[in-house]
Amino acid sequence: MKVAIIGFGSVGRGVAEMIAKKDLGISVTGLADSKSGCIDPAGIDLFRVLEKKKKSGCCGDRNISALDVIKKAPYDALIDVTPTNAMTGEPGLGYVTQAIKKKKHIVTSNKGPIALAYKELRALAEKNGVALRYEATVGGAIPIFHTLGHGLAGNEILAVFGVLNGTCNYILTRMADEGLTYEQALLEAREMGYAEADPSYDVEGIDAAIKLVILANTIWGNGVKLDDVDRTGINLLTPDAMRLAEEEDCTVRLIAEAIPKKGFLRVAPRIIEKSNPLVVDGTLNAITIETDMAKEITLIGRGAGSIETASAILGDLLFIRDRYVERS
Amino acid sequence: MIVVQVSMKLEMKDSPGQLVAALKPMSDVGGNIIAVIHQRDPDATDDTLNVQIVLELPEGRLDDLVTMLKKQGVHIQRIGEERLLYQRTVILIGHLMHTDLSDTVDRIDSTGFAEVSELSMSMPAVNERSSSRLTIKSVTKDDMEDAVAILRTVAKEKDLLLIEPLEEIL
Repeated sequence: MKVAIIGFGSVGRGVAEMIAKKDLGISVTGLADSKSGCIDPAGIDLFRVLEKKKKSGCCGDRNISALDVIKKAPYDALIDVTPTNAMTGEPGLGYVTQAIKKKKHIVTSNKGPIALAYKELRALAEKNGVALRYEATVGGAIPIFHTLGHGLAGNEILAVFGVLNGTCNYILTRMADEGLTYEQALLEAREMGYAEADPSYDVEGIDAAIKLVILANTIWGNGVKLDDVDRTGINLLTPDAMRLAEEEDCTVRLIAEAIPKKGFLRVAPRIIEKSNPLVVDGTLNAITIETDMAKEITLIGRGAGSIETASAILGDLLFIRDRYVERS
Repeated sequence: MIVVQVSMKLEMKDSPGQLVAALKPMSDVGGNIIAVIHQRDPDATDDTLNVQIVLELPEGRLDDLVTMLKKQGVHIQRIGEERLLYQRTVILIGHLMHTDLSDTVDRIDSTGFAEVSELSMSMPAVNERSSSRLTIKSVTKDDMEDAVAILRTVAKEKDLLLIEPLEEIL
Protein backbone atom coordinates (compact mmCIF):
# COMPACT_ATOMS: atom_id res chain seq x y z
CA MET A 1 0.00 0.00 0.00
CA LYS A 2 1.17 3.50 -0.85
CA VAL A 3 0.67 6.37 1.55
CA ALA A 4 1.33 10.10 1.69
CA ILE A 5 2.15 11.80 4.98
CA ILE A 6 1.20 15.45 5.52
CA GLY A 7 2.80 16.95 8.60
CA PHE A 8 6.24 16.05 9.82
CA GLY A 9 6.22 17.07 13.47
CA SER A 10 6.80 14.57 16.25
CA VAL A 11 3.79 12.41 15.30
CA GLY A 12 4.61 12.45 11.57
CA ARG A 13 8.21 11.51 12.29
CA GLY A 14 7.07 8.74 14.65
CA VAL A 15 4.85 7.30 11.92
CA ALA A 16 7.64 7.52 9.32
CA GLU A 17 10.10 5.88 11.69
CA MET A 18 7.76 2.97 12.43
CA ILE A 19 6.90 2.45 8.74
CA ALA A 20 10.63 2.43 7.97
CA LYS A 21 11.52 0.02 10.77
CA LYS A 22 8.62 -2.42 10.48
CA ASP A 23 8.04 -4.60 7.47
CA LEU A 24 4.37 -3.76 6.98
CA GLY A 25 4.23 -3.55 3.20
CA ILE A 26 3.63 0.20 3.35
CA SER A 27 5.61 2.58 1.17
CA VAL A 28 5.54 6.34 1.51
CA THR A 29 5.35 8.04 -1.89
CA GLY A 30 4.62 11.59 -0.76
CA LEU A 31 5.64 13.61 2.28
CA ALA A 32 5.22 17.23 3.27
CA ASP A 33 5.81 19.50 6.25
CA SER A 34 4.70 23.12 6.56
CA LYS A 35 7.57 24.40 4.38
CA SER A 36 8.44 21.69 1.88
CA GLY A 37 7.54 18.41 0.28
CA CYS A 38 8.82 15.43 -1.68
CA ILE A 39 7.27 12.91 -4.05
CA ASP A 40 8.75 9.59 -5.15
CA PRO A 41 6.44 7.02 -6.77
CA ALA A 42 9.06 4.34 -6.09
CA GLY A 43 8.99 5.04 -2.35
CA ILE A 44 10.79 7.69 -0.32
CA ASP A 45 13.87 6.69 1.67
CA LEU A 46 12.44 7.54 5.09
CA PHE A 47 15.67 7.24 7.05
CA ARG A 48 17.28 9.78 4.74
CA VAL A 49 14.33 12.18 5.03
CA LEU A 50 14.29 11.85 8.83
CA GLU A 51 17.99 12.72 8.86
CA LYS A 52 17.45 15.66 6.51
CA LYS A 53 14.60 16.99 8.68
CA LYS A 54 16.82 16.77 11.75
CA LYS A 55 19.65 18.67 10.09
CA SER A 56 17.82 21.29 8.04
CA GLY A 57 14.34 21.44 9.60
CA CYS A 58 12.88 20.64 6.18
CA CYS A 59 11.76 17.29 4.80
CA GLY A 60 11.98 18.07 1.11
CA ASP A 61 11.93 20.59 -1.71
CA ARG A 62 10.64 24.05 -0.85
CA ASN A 63 9.00 24.25 -4.28
CA ILE A 64 6.73 21.32 -3.46
CA SER A 65 3.78 22.12 -1.17
CA ALA A 66 1.53 19.85 0.85
CA LEU A 67 -1.23 20.40 -1.71
CA ASP A 68 1.17 19.37 -4.51
CA VAL A 69 1.84 16.14 -2.67
CA ILE A 70 -1.90 15.52 -2.12
CA LYS A 71 -2.70 16.20 -5.79
CA LYS A 72 0.29 14.66 -7.58
CA ALA A 73 1.74 11.80 -5.54
CA PRO A 74 0.45 8.28 -6.26
CA TYR A 75 -1.02 6.95 -3.00
CA ASP A 76 -3.92 4.93 -1.58
CA ALA A 77 -4.25 6.61 1.81
CA LEU A 78 -3.44 10.07 3.13
CA ILE A 79 -2.03 10.36 6.65
CA ASP A 80 -2.91 13.79 8.01
CA VAL A 81 -0.77 14.56 11.05
CA THR A 82 -0.94 18.35 10.85
CA PRO A 83 -1.52 20.30 14.08
CA THR A 84 -5.05 20.74 15.47
CA ASN A 85 -6.82 24.05 15.06
CA ALA A 86 -10.08 23.77 16.98
CA MET A 87 -11.56 26.94 15.45
CA THR A 88 -11.01 26.43 11.73
CA GLY A 89 -9.76 22.85 11.40
CA GLU A 90 -7.18 24.14 8.94
CA PRO A 91 -4.92 23.29 7.26
CA GLY A 92 -5.97 19.67 7.89
CA LEU A 93 -9.61 20.13 6.86
CA GLY A 94 -8.64 21.41 3.38
CA TYR A 95 -6.07 18.64 2.88
CA VAL A 96 -8.44 15.88 3.95
CA THR A 97 -11.27 17.24 1.78
CA GLN A 98 -8.98 17.42 -1.26
CA ALA A 99 -7.75 13.87 -0.76
CA ILE A 100 -11.25 12.42 -0.27
CA LYS A 101 -12.36 14.09 -3.49
CA LYS A 102 -9.46 12.31 -5.20
CA LYS A 103 -10.90 9.05 -3.76
CA LYS A 104 -8.09 8.52 -1.27
CA HIS A 105 -8.58 6.88 2.11
CA ILE A 106 -7.93 9.11 5.13
CA VAL A 107 -6.10 8.41 8.37
CA THR A 108 -5.81 11.42 10.63
CA SER A 109 -4.61 12.34 14.11
CA ASN A 110 -5.88 15.89 13.66
CA LYS A 111 -8.84 16.57 15.95
CA GLY A 112 -9.87 19.83 14.26
CA PRO A 113 -11.44 18.52 11.03
CA ILE A 114 -13.18 15.59 12.76
CA ALA A 115 -14.61 17.70 15.59
CA LEU A 116 -15.71 20.54 13.31
CA ALA A 117 -16.89 18.77 10.19
CA TYR A 118 -17.52 15.12 11.02
CA LYS A 119 -20.87 14.84 9.26
CA GLU A 120 -19.69 16.54 6.09
CA LEU A 121 -16.46 14.53 5.92
CA ARG A 122 -18.25 11.25 6.65
CA ALA A 123 -20.79 11.95 3.89
CA LEU A 124 -18.06 12.95 1.45
CA ALA A 125 -16.04 9.82 2.24
CA GLU A 126 -19.08 7.61 1.73
CA LYS A 127 -19.90 9.30 -1.56
CA ASN A 128 -16.36 8.66 -2.75
CA GLY A 129 -16.21 5.13 -1.38
CA VAL A 130 -13.21 5.72 0.88
CA ALA A 131 -12.43 5.14 4.55
CA LEU A 132 -12.18 7.99 7.06
CA ARG A 133 -10.37 6.83 10.18
CA TYR A 134 -9.14 8.86 13.13
CA GLU A 135 -8.17 6.47 15.91
CA ALA A 136 -5.32 8.74 17.02
CA THR A 137 -7.58 11.72 17.74
CA VAL A 138 -8.92 10.36 21.04
CA GLY A 139 -7.03 8.56 23.79
CA GLY A 140 -3.68 8.36 21.97
CA ALA A 141 -2.73 4.69 21.65
CA ILE A 142 -6.05 3.40 23.07
CA PRO A 143 -7.95 1.63 20.24
CA ILE A 144 -11.26 3.21 21.23
CA PHE A 145 -12.80 3.47 17.76
CA HIS A 146 -11.76 -0.05 16.78
CA THR A 147 -13.37 -1.25 20.01
CA LEU A 148 -16.55 0.72 19.39
CA GLY A 149 -16.80 -0.12 15.71
CA HIS A 150 -15.87 -3.79 15.78
CA GLY A 151 -15.50 -5.39 19.20
CA LEU A 152 -18.70 -3.78 20.49
CA ALA A 153 -20.57 -3.85 17.18
CA GLY A 154 -24.24 -4.62 17.84
CA ASN A 155 -24.17 -3.08 21.29
CA GLU A 156 -26.20 -0.01 22.06
CA ILE A 157 -23.81 2.49 23.61
CA LEU A 158 -25.58 4.11 26.55
CA ALA A 159 -22.85 6.35 27.92
CA VAL A 160 -19.19 7.19 27.63
CA PHE A 161 -16.90 8.55 30.35
CA GLY A 162 -13.29 9.45 29.85
CA VAL A 163 -10.09 10.83 31.25
CA LEU A 164 -9.03 12.29 27.92
CA ASN A 165 -6.39 14.88 28.76
CA GLY A 166 -3.06 13.66 30.09
CA THR A 167 -1.87 17.13 31.14
CA CYS A 168 -4.86 17.64 33.45
CA ASN A 169 -4.61 14.13 34.79
CA TYR A 170 -0.93 14.66 35.59
CA ILE A 171 -1.67 17.91 37.44
CA LEU A 172 -4.55 16.37 39.42
CA THR A 173 -2.51 13.27 40.28
CA ARG A 174 0.30 15.44 41.63
CA MET A 175 -2.10 17.64 43.59
CA ALA A 176 -3.73 14.57 45.15
CA ASP A 177 -0.54 12.62 45.85
CA GLU A 178 1.77 15.41 46.99
CA GLY A 179 -0.61 18.10 48.18
CA LEU A 180 0.78 20.53 45.57
CA THR A 181 -1.16 23.65 44.66
CA TYR A 182 -2.55 23.89 41.14
CA GLU A 183 0.17 26.41 40.24
CA GLN A 184 2.97 24.18 41.53
CA ALA A 185 1.64 21.11 39.74
CA LEU A 186 1.25 23.07 36.49
CA LEU A 187 4.82 24.32 36.75
CA GLU A 188 6.03 20.78 37.26
CA ALA A 189 3.97 19.57 34.28
CA ARG A 190 5.68 22.23 32.16
CA GLU A 191 9.12 21.18 33.31
CA MET A 192 8.28 17.59 32.41
CA GLY A 193 7.17 18.72 28.95
CA TYR A 194 3.54 17.68 29.56
CA ALA A 195 2.09 21.20 29.45
CA GLU A 196 2.37 23.93 26.82
CA ALA A 197 3.59 27.45 27.63
CA ASP A 198 -0.06 28.48 27.27
CA PRO A 199 -1.84 25.64 29.06
CA SER A 200 -5.38 27.02 28.71
CA TYR A 201 -6.34 24.63 25.91
CA ASP A 202 -5.68 21.71 28.27
CA VAL A 203 -6.58 23.03 31.74
CA GLU A 204 -9.81 24.72 30.68
CA GLY A 205 -11.02 21.40 29.36
CA ILE A 206 -11.12 22.42 25.68
CA ASP A 207 -8.97 19.52 24.49
CA ALA A 208 -11.06 17.00 26.45
CA ALA A 209 -14.27 18.61 25.13
CA ILE A 210 -13.08 18.31 21.51
CA LYS A 211 -12.38 14.61 22.06
CA LEU A 212 -15.79 14.16 23.67
CA VAL A 213 -17.39 15.76 20.60
CA ILE A 214 -15.54 13.30 18.36
CA LEU A 215 -16.67 10.35 20.51
CA ALA A 216 -20.29 11.53 20.61
CA ASN A 217 -20.44 12.12 16.85
CA THR A 218 -18.92 8.73 16.13
CA ILE A 219 -21.15 6.81 18.51
CA TRP A 220 -24.49 8.57 18.12
CA GLY A 221 -24.07 10.65 14.96
CA ASN A 222 -25.79 13.45 16.85
CA GLY A 223 -23.89 16.30 15.24
CA VAL A 224 -22.88 17.92 18.55
CA LYS A 225 -20.29 20.70 18.44
CA LEU A 226 -17.69 22.04 20.84
CA ASP A 227 -20.06 24.79 22.00
CA ASP A 228 -22.60 22.17 23.07
CA VAL A 229 -20.23 20.82 25.73
CA ASP A 230 -20.84 22.09 29.26
CA ARG A 231 -17.23 22.71 30.24
CA THR A 232 -15.42 23.46 33.51
CA GLY A 233 -11.63 23.42 33.82
CA ILE A 234 -9.32 22.38 36.64
CA ASN A 235 -7.56 25.73 37.18
CA LEU A 236 -9.62 26.70 40.25
CA LEU A 237 -9.05 23.49 42.20
CA THR A 238 -7.41 23.69 45.62
CA PRO A 239 -5.24 21.20 47.53
CA ASP A 240 -7.87 21.38 50.30
CA ALA A 241 -10.53 20.14 47.92
CA MET A 242 -8.31 17.19 46.98
CA ARG A 243 -7.84 16.41 50.67
CA LEU A 244 -11.58 16.63 51.38
CA ALA A 245 -12.17 14.11 48.58
CA GLU A 246 -9.34 11.92 49.87
CA GLU A 247 -11.01 11.70 53.31
CA GLU A 248 -13.89 9.90 51.61
CA ASP A 249 -11.61 7.49 49.71
CA CYS A 250 -12.21 9.56 46.62
CA THR A 251 -10.17 11.86 44.43
CA VAL A 252 -10.88 14.51 41.80
CA ARG A 253 -10.38 13.92 38.07
CA LEU A 254 -11.33 15.83 34.93
CA ILE A 255 -14.07 13.63 33.48
CA ALA A 256 -15.60 13.95 30.03
CA GLU A 257 -19.09 12.49 30.07
CA ALA A 258 -21.76 11.90 27.45
CA ILE A 259 -25.15 10.37 28.31
CA PRO A 260 -27.57 11.29 25.51
CA LYS A 261 -30.64 9.93 27.31
CA LYS A 262 -30.05 12.32 30.19
CA GLY A 263 -28.91 15.13 27.90
CA PHE A 264 -25.44 15.16 29.49
CA LEU A 265 -22.48 16.33 27.46
CA ARG A 266 -19.96 17.76 29.83
CA VAL A 267 -16.34 18.07 30.88
CA ALA A 268 -15.76 18.94 34.53
CA PRO A 269 -13.68 18.03 37.55
CA ARG A 270 -15.60 15.33 39.41
CA ILE A 271 -15.36 13.55 42.72
CA ILE A 272 -14.65 9.93 41.89
CA GLU A 273 -14.00 6.86 44.04
CA LYS A 274 -10.35 5.85 43.97
CA SER A 275 -11.35 2.29 43.14
CA ASN A 276 -13.00 3.42 39.88
CA PRO A 277 -10.94 2.18 36.89
CA LEU A 278 -11.06 5.70 35.42
CA VAL A 279 -8.74 6.83 38.20
CA VAL A 280 -5.41 6.44 36.43
CA ASP A 281 -2.12 8.06 37.34
CA GLY A 282 0.00 10.64 35.60
CA THR A 283 -0.51 11.29 31.92
CA LEU A 284 -2.48 8.07 31.26
CA ASN A 285 -5.87 8.21 29.59
CA ALA A 286 -8.88 6.01 30.36
CA ILE A 287 -12.28 5.56 28.73
CA THR A 288 -15.31 3.69 30.10
CA ILE A 289 -18.04 2.71 27.68
CA GLU A 290 -21.39 1.60 29.03
CA THR A 291 -23.44 -0.60 26.72
CA ASP A 292 -26.62 -2.65 26.84
CA MET A 293 -24.97 -6.05 26.34
CA ALA A 294 -21.34 -5.76 27.38
CA LYS A 295 -22.20 -3.40 30.29
CA GLU A 296 -19.07 -1.48 31.31
CA ILE A 297 -15.76 -1.70 29.47
CA THR A 298 -12.78 0.43 30.43
CA LEU A 299 -9.73 0.94 28.26
CA ILE A 300 -6.57 2.44 29.75
CA GLY A 301 -3.48 3.55 27.87
CA ARG A 302 -1.04 6.23 26.90
CA GLY A 303 -2.78 9.32 25.66
CA ALA A 304 0.15 10.96 23.93
CA GLY A 305 3.65 10.44 22.56
CA SER A 306 4.86 10.14 19.00
CA ILE A 307 5.28 6.35 18.86
CA GLU A 308 2.10 5.75 20.89
CA THR A 309 0.17 7.91 18.42
CA ALA A 310 1.88 6.12 15.54
CA SER A 311 0.45 2.89 16.95
CA ALA A 312 -3.09 4.23 16.48
CA ILE A 313 -2.29 5.53 12.99
CA LEU A 314 -0.75 2.26 11.83
CA GLY A 315 -3.75 0.37 13.23
CA ASP A 316 -6.00 2.47 11.01
CA LEU A 317 -3.72 2.07 7.98
CA LEU A 318 -3.52 -1.69 8.24
CA PHE A 319 -7.29 -1.87 8.70
CA ILE A 320 -7.70 0.05 5.44
CA ARG A 321 -5.15 -2.14 3.71
CA ASP A 322 -6.96 -5.33 4.74
CA ARG A 323 -10.45 -4.03 4.16
CA TYR A 324 -10.06 -1.99 0.97
CA VAL A 325 -6.71 -1.91 -0.72
CA GLU A 326 -5.71 -5.55 -1.07
CA ARG A 327 -9.13 -6.54 -2.33
CA SER A 328 -9.15 -4.05 -5.15
CA MET B 1 -25.03 6.75 46.63
CA ILE B 2 -28.01 5.05 48.19
CA VAL B 3 -27.80 4.42 51.91
CA VAL B 4 -30.14 2.36 54.03
CA GLN B 5 -31.12 3.48 57.49
CA VAL B 6 -32.05 0.59 59.72
CA SER B 7 -32.48 -0.08 63.40
CA MET B 8 -31.59 -3.42 64.91
CA LYS B 9 -31.98 -4.94 68.31
CA LEU B 10 -29.06 -7.09 69.32
CA GLU B 11 -28.51 -9.49 72.15
CA MET B 12 -25.01 -10.35 73.28
CA LYS B 13 -23.09 -11.66 76.24
CA ASP B 14 -22.64 -9.12 78.98
CA SER B 15 -18.87 -9.37 79.12
CA PRO B 16 -16.02 -6.97 78.29
CA GLY B 17 -15.35 -6.38 74.59
CA GLN B 18 -18.68 -7.74 73.37
CA LEU B 19 -20.16 -4.41 72.37
CA VAL B 20 -17.02 -3.41 70.50
CA ALA B 21 -17.03 -6.77 68.73
CA ALA B 22 -20.60 -6.12 67.62
CA LEU B 23 -19.86 -2.60 66.41
CA LYS B 24 -16.77 -3.48 64.39
CA PRO B 25 -18.61 -5.28 61.56
CA MET B 26 -20.76 -2.19 61.18
CA SER B 27 -17.80 -0.04 60.31
CA ASP B 28 -16.36 -2.87 58.19
CA VAL B 29 -19.37 -2.72 55.85
CA GLY B 30 -19.05 1.05 55.57
CA GLY B 31 -21.83 1.76 58.04
CA ASN B 32 -22.34 4.94 59.97
CA ILE B 33 -23.70 4.44 63.48
CA ILE B 34 -26.32 7.02 64.34
CA ALA B 35 -27.31 5.86 67.82
CA VAL B 36 -26.51 3.14 70.31
CA ILE B 37 -29.18 2.66 72.94
CA HIS B 38 -27.91 0.49 75.70
CA GLN B 39 -30.09 0.03 78.74
CA ARG B 40 -29.32 -2.50 81.38
CA ASP B 41 -32.40 -4.04 82.83
CA PRO B 42 -31.94 -3.84 86.62
CA ASP B 43 -34.09 -6.92 87.05
CA ALA B 44 -32.16 -8.97 84.54
CA THR B 45 -30.73 -12.06 86.09
CA ASP B 46 -29.01 -13.61 83.08
CA ASP B 47 -25.71 -12.44 81.69
CA THR B 48 -27.03 -11.07 78.39
CA LEU B 49 -27.03 -7.51 77.16
CA ASN B 50 -29.62 -5.96 74.87
CA VAL B 51 -28.57 -3.10 72.63
CA GLN B 52 -30.55 -1.18 70.09
CA ILE B 53 -28.58 0.36 67.24
CA VAL B 54 -29.57 2.77 64.50
CA LEU B 55 -27.19 2.87 61.59
CA GLU B 56 -26.86 3.89 57.97
CA LEU B 57 -25.07 1.64 55.55
CA PRO B 58 -24.55 1.42 51.80
CA GLU B 59 -27.37 -0.30 49.97
CA GLY B 60 -26.87 -4.03 49.59
CA ARG B 61 -24.56 -4.51 52.56
CA LEU B 62 -27.16 -5.47 55.18
CA ASP B 63 -26.93 -9.21 54.44
CA ASP B 64 -23.14 -9.06 54.80
CA LEU B 65 -23.53 -7.31 58.13
CA VAL B 66 -25.97 -9.92 59.43
CA THR B 67 -23.57 -12.71 58.48
CA MET B 68 -20.64 -10.95 60.14
CA LEU B 69 -22.60 -10.27 63.32
CA LYS B 70 -23.65 -13.91 63.57
CA LYS B 71 -20.01 -14.92 63.22
CA GLN B 72 -19.21 -12.68 66.18
CA GLY B 73 -21.76 -14.58 68.25
CA VAL B 74 -24.21 -11.70 68.32
CA HIS B 75 -27.86 -12.67 68.30
CA ILE B 76 -30.06 -10.40 66.20
CA GLN B 77 -33.44 -10.18 67.88
CA ARG B 78 -35.07 -7.88 65.40
CA ILE B 79 -34.28 -5.81 62.33
CA GLY B 80 -36.48 -2.76 61.91
CA GLU B 81 -37.95 -1.50 58.68
CA GLU B 82 -35.34 -0.30 56.21
CA ARG B 83 -35.52 3.29 55.19
CA LEU B 84 -33.84 4.27 51.95
CA LEU B 85 -31.88 7.50 51.86
CA TYR B 86 -30.04 9.06 48.98
CA GLN B 87 -26.73 10.59 49.83
CA ARG B 88 -24.44 12.66 47.67
CA THR B 89 -21.22 14.38 48.56
CA VAL B 90 -20.11 17.48 46.68
CA ILE B 91 -17.24 19.92 47.05
CA LEU B 92 -17.62 23.68 46.85
CA ILE B 93 -14.65 25.98 46.27
CA GLY B 94 -14.65 29.76 46.43
CA HIS B 95 -15.29 32.63 48.80
CA LEU B 96 -17.71 30.56 50.83
CA MET B 97 -17.93 32.75 53.94
CA HIS B 98 -18.14 36.03 52.04
CA THR B 99 -21.00 34.60 50.02
CA ASP B 100 -22.94 33.54 53.12
CA LEU B 101 -22.36 29.84 53.65
CA SER B 102 -25.35 29.52 55.96
CA ASP B 103 -27.56 30.82 53.16
CA THR B 104 -26.01 28.26 50.79
CA VAL B 105 -26.82 25.45 53.22
CA ASP B 106 -30.25 26.89 53.94
CA ARG B 107 -31.18 26.90 50.26
CA ILE B 108 -31.03 23.09 50.45
CA ASP B 109 -32.43 22.67 53.96
CA SER B 110 -35.39 24.97 53.31
CA THR B 111 -36.65 22.73 50.50
CA GLY B 112 -38.07 20.32 53.02
CA PHE B 113 -37.08 17.36 50.83
CA ALA B 114 -33.31 17.42 51.19
CA GLU B 115 -30.83 18.49 53.80
CA VAL B 116 -27.14 19.10 54.27
CA SER B 117 -26.18 16.48 56.83
CA GLU B 118 -22.47 17.09 57.01
CA LEU B 119 -20.13 19.95 56.27
CA SER B 120 -16.32 19.94 56.38
CA MET B 121 -14.46 23.06 55.59
CA SER B 122 -10.98 24.49 55.34
CA MET B 123 -10.10 28.14 55.22
CA PRO B 124 -6.47 28.73 54.26
CA ALA B 125 -6.22 32.53 54.61
CA VAL B 126 -8.58 35.47 54.80
CA ASN B 127 -8.57 36.43 51.14
CA GLU B 128 -7.99 33.00 49.69
CA ARG B 129 -10.67 30.73 48.38
CA SER B 130 -11.87 28.12 50.84
CA SER B 131 -12.97 24.57 50.13
CA SER B 132 -15.79 22.63 51.70
CA ARG B 133 -17.34 19.21 51.44
CA LEU B 134 -21.10 18.91 51.81
CA THR B 135 -23.09 15.73 52.21
CA ILE B 136 -26.69 16.02 51.14
CA LYS B 137 -29.40 13.55 52.05
CA SER B 138 -32.83 13.05 50.55
CA VAL B 139 -35.53 10.41 50.55
CA THR B 140 -35.93 10.02 46.78
CA LYS B 141 -33.59 10.18 43.82
CA ASP B 142 -35.59 12.94 42.18
CA ASP B 143 -35.35 15.02 45.34
CA MET B 144 -31.58 14.58 45.21
CA GLU B 145 -31.45 15.69 41.57
CA ASP B 146 -33.53 18.76 42.47
CA ALA B 147 -31.32 19.55 45.45
CA VAL B 148 -28.15 19.37 43.37
CA ALA B 149 -29.80 21.51 40.69
CA ILE B 150 -30.46 24.16 43.36
CA LEU B 151 -26.83 23.95 44.42
CA ARG B 152 -25.72 24.45 40.80
CA THR B 153 -27.79 27.62 40.62
CA VAL B 154 -26.40 28.88 43.93
CA ALA B 155 -22.84 28.11 42.82
CA LYS B 156 -23.32 30.06 39.62
CA GLU B 157 -24.90 32.96 41.49
CA LYS B 158 -22.11 33.14 44.07
CA ASP B 159 -19.29 32.32 41.64
CA LEU B 160 -18.38 29.08 43.41
CA LEU B 161 -16.88 25.99 41.79
CA LEU B 162 -19.16 23.02 42.39
CA ILE B 163 -17.56 19.59 42.03
CA GLU B 164 -20.13 16.86 41.69
CA PRO B 165 -19.49 13.17 42.15
CA LEU B 166 -19.40 10.85 39.17
CA GLU B 167 -22.55 8.99 40.13
CA GLU B 168 -23.68 7.61 36.83
CA ILE B 169 -21.34 4.63 36.73
CA LEU B 170 -22.59 2.06 39.18
